[in-house]
Amino acid sequence: MSAKVGTIRLRFFARYAELVGRAEATLAVPLPATVGDVVRRVRAELPGGVDLPARPLAAVNLKHVTLDAAVADGDEVALLPPVAGG
Amino acid sequence: MREAGSGKRETYLTPDPVSVDHLLGEVSSPERGGLCLFLGSVRSGEAEQVTAIEYSAYPEMVEAEFERILAEARARWAEARIAVRHRVGVVPAGEASIAIAAAAPHRVEAFDACRYVIEEVKKRLPMWKKELRGDGTTVWVDPHGHPVEAGPR
Repeated sequence: MSAKVGTIRLRFFARYAELVGRAEATLAVPLPATVGDVVRRVRAELPGGVDLPARPLAAVNLKHVTLDAAVADGDEVALLPPVAGG
Repeated sequence: MREAGSGKRETYLTPDPVSVDHLLGEVSSPERGGLCLFLGSVRSGEAEQVTAIEYSAYPEMVEAEFERILAEARARWAEARIAVRHRVGVVPAGEASIAIAAAAPHRVEAFDACRYVIEEVKKRLPMWKKELRGDGTTVWVDPHGHPVEAGPR
């Protein structure tokens, strides 16, 4: 089996977007991978990423997920500050 | 799924003030004798003067999450009809940031469905608020550390 690499579309919102200085990014990750793996890579590699929490709220393809959720090639992974709607 | 007018789907997010009359018109009908309306408004604050709140959103997910919340409510209160709008962008103090209307044959279902939607919104809707204060400063609102949410908890 050859190692597969997936391209993840990242989105950042509100205070997190300010911390990393951007609203979107793309990330290549070896598969299989989880949302937690994506978060670790973001915190290690993106400028300002270290200021993000190690266990943020996250969504994959517009649904809330836990950090152990799997990601696939082409997924949109969003890191969400504590929500404050209403 | 909610249908608006001639099959054209409206979005739940709006930059404009919400028309309560429009919202009530979406849910009311002669067989629904109970109608509950919830408005959550921007508070001016106590210690610090808040002139407005700037709401930001993950818009595609807000739409998806509202669809899920309303589908859950319809599954629980099958005869209820529910409409909701959430403001995005700058909302001045005193104006409603969210409006929910629920109509049902009887009051209990109308109250319960309306309450369900606002409580789920508080837990799940991917939106954030930044307070704009009278002294020119801005502060992200931490929903846990800074209780500025409108409405009952």
